[in-house]
Amino acid sequence: MNRLWSASRLTYAALAVTALMSVFPIYWMFVVASRSSDAMGQVPPPVTPGGNLGANISRLFSNTDAYFLTGLINSAIVAVTVTVSVVFFSTLAGFAFAKLRFRGRNALLLAIVATMMVPTQLGVIPLYLLMTKLNWNDRLPAVIVPALVTGFGVFMMRQYAGQAISTELIEAARMDGCGTARIYWNVVLPALRPAAAVLGLLTFMTTWNDFLWPYAVLNDPENPTVQLSLRALSDGYYQDMSQVFTGTAIATLPLLLVFVLFGRQIIGGIMEGAVKA
Amino acid sequence: MSVQLDARPPTPAARRTTRPPRAFRLSRLDERYSPYLYVAPFFVLFGVFGAYPLIYTFWVSLHDWDLLGTEHPFVGAENYTRLMADPDFWHSVVNTLGIFVLSTVPQLLAALWLASLLNRQLRARTSWRMAVLVPNITSTAAVAIVFGVLFGRQFGMVNWLLDLVGVGAVDWKANRFASWVAISAMVDWRWTGYNALIFLAAMQAVPRDLYESAAIDGAGRTRQFWSITVPLLKPTIIFAVIVSTIGGLQLFTEPRMFHSGTNPIRGGPLRESQTMTMYMFENAFAPHYNFGYGSAVAWLLFALIAIVAALNVVLLRRLGGTDRPVQARRSRKERPR
Repeated sequence: MNRLWSASRLTYAALAVTALMSVFPIYWMFVVASRSSDAMGQVPPPVTPGGNLGANISRLFSNTDAYFLTGLINSAIVAVTVTVSVVFFSTLAGFAFAKLRFRGRNALLLAIVATMMVPTQLGVIPLYLLMTKLNWNDRLPAVIVPALVTGFGVFMMRQYAGQAISTELIEAARMDGCGTARIYWNVVLPALRPAAAVLGLLTFMTTWNDFLWPYAVLNDPENPTVQLSLRALSDGYYQDMSQVFTGTAIATLPLLLVFVLFGRQIIGGIMEGAVKA
Repeated sequence: MSVQLDARPPTPAARRTTRPPRAFRLSRLDERYSPYLYVAPFFVLFGVFGAYPLIYTFWVSLHDWDLLGTEHPFVGAENYTRLMADPDFWHSVVNTLGIFVLSTVPQLLAALWLASLLNRQLRARTSWRMAVLVPNITSTAAVAIVFGVLFGRQFGMVNWLLDLVGVGAVDWKANRFASWVAISAMVDWRWTGYNALIFLAAMQAVPRDLYESAAIDGAGRTRQFWSITVPLLKPTIIFAVIVSTIGGLQLFTEPRMFHSGTNPIRGGPLRESQTMTMYMFENAFAPHYNFGYGSAVAWLLFALIAIVAALNVVLLRRLGGTDRPVQARRSRKERPR
């Protein structure tokens, strides 16, 4: 056990100020969401919740420009599908890179690390043309399919599989006549569960938040993701801010929930990744 | 994992001879080719939806290519020469670099400082870490809307606070530099805590005895921080700078949503904070749908990212001590707590 520096009162004070600044915009989002629309014009600005949340929610869901409910459902479909797929393909490839021998293994792994540095976002124009050709414009496959597996996920699972699975265990399973598919399903996947959970959480949050590509390819206002619903709300000619903030609060709620429940694991995942990378 | 339930005495030699050759062949095939099958999904997907579009962007940029036209005549470098003479393009380049500097430099310094605070003997360690990370998990679009209101001219909380200390109201959306500051504040808010945790993990891997011997030599805490911690963290800092460069120069959602309602894709009435990615969007999609011109912007942005990332690495390599301490770190790598 390392001896750490002690924390003075000043340390706690500085941390408290930082924490307050971190949390305040999120807290304030809920404050405005729970107030009537004239809260925006008040001086000083309100910092305590009001009693208008229910009314704001019902106005939000009946807003005919935002398609907010459709947005929520679409985002849930996209985020869950992408998360399941990323976890599956990343653990599979991570297992192959960490525990199976094949020609070109190191070169391919290096290629994956290199792809993580490529700003693929800059390819949106041909991607848009490609989706037009596939007739996926304005439809969910356009935002799901390109995200089904990521270089980050493969690399993260490879790093974890290298240390979490003993080679003897795999050899034993092989002696028992297991093929590589059986080994993956019965030995590797259970052993990778903690890291796969973190990857799943990070993927879910990233996908839920994704804005640029859905913004480019989902142009039908009646079929948005929730982030595009927020854009429609905030671009409205007449801005009813308590309603817009109700939308941002509801769109943030699933993420906060995930974070409160699994924050410890997420922090662990980020920090372990940092040391290994 | 299966357990051997076969109670018969093992007869390995007999088995080897009676093993069906087909199953044997299958298992050899499995050993040899399945790994490729398992890693293939990433490469196929990246090839089709990542690498191909990026390279094809260059091809499109050499053509006069718009949404409605059925023909796309080859025009060579014309899109690029037009861009070079396009003041709105250069305006977006300056905006991008300005916002990038304002959002990255304070962010990484603050993250280092925050990490050194988190690296002490703290009560409720996990709660503090969660508190600094929470901005990072929120939806960018949602937060940009909230910051747009906080930085409102008339009723924004920031101007109200400035008024309390006697500073006049700032028009955060219509003043070019002020809009850079507001957008950078958003980026800093989101990423400082995240980078602090990355730095914290690296700090925990620094061997304590280095500090002890430095203390014996009479180095104070500040001196220890700059002479031990920062040089040892150099690989991590370089990593964080590269990631911030790639992300920061492509900034889109924050400025786009900050200007919600009025001239969103132009980044304000006079393009006060239109980034290069926004300029690419304005040209490639609504309202112009000029794919060729937009693609040229994309490639120049790509080049800019490569140049800035390389410059950063060169500068950071020169900064600080030698590479010797890095080896010390490797020999005593510890898992983060």
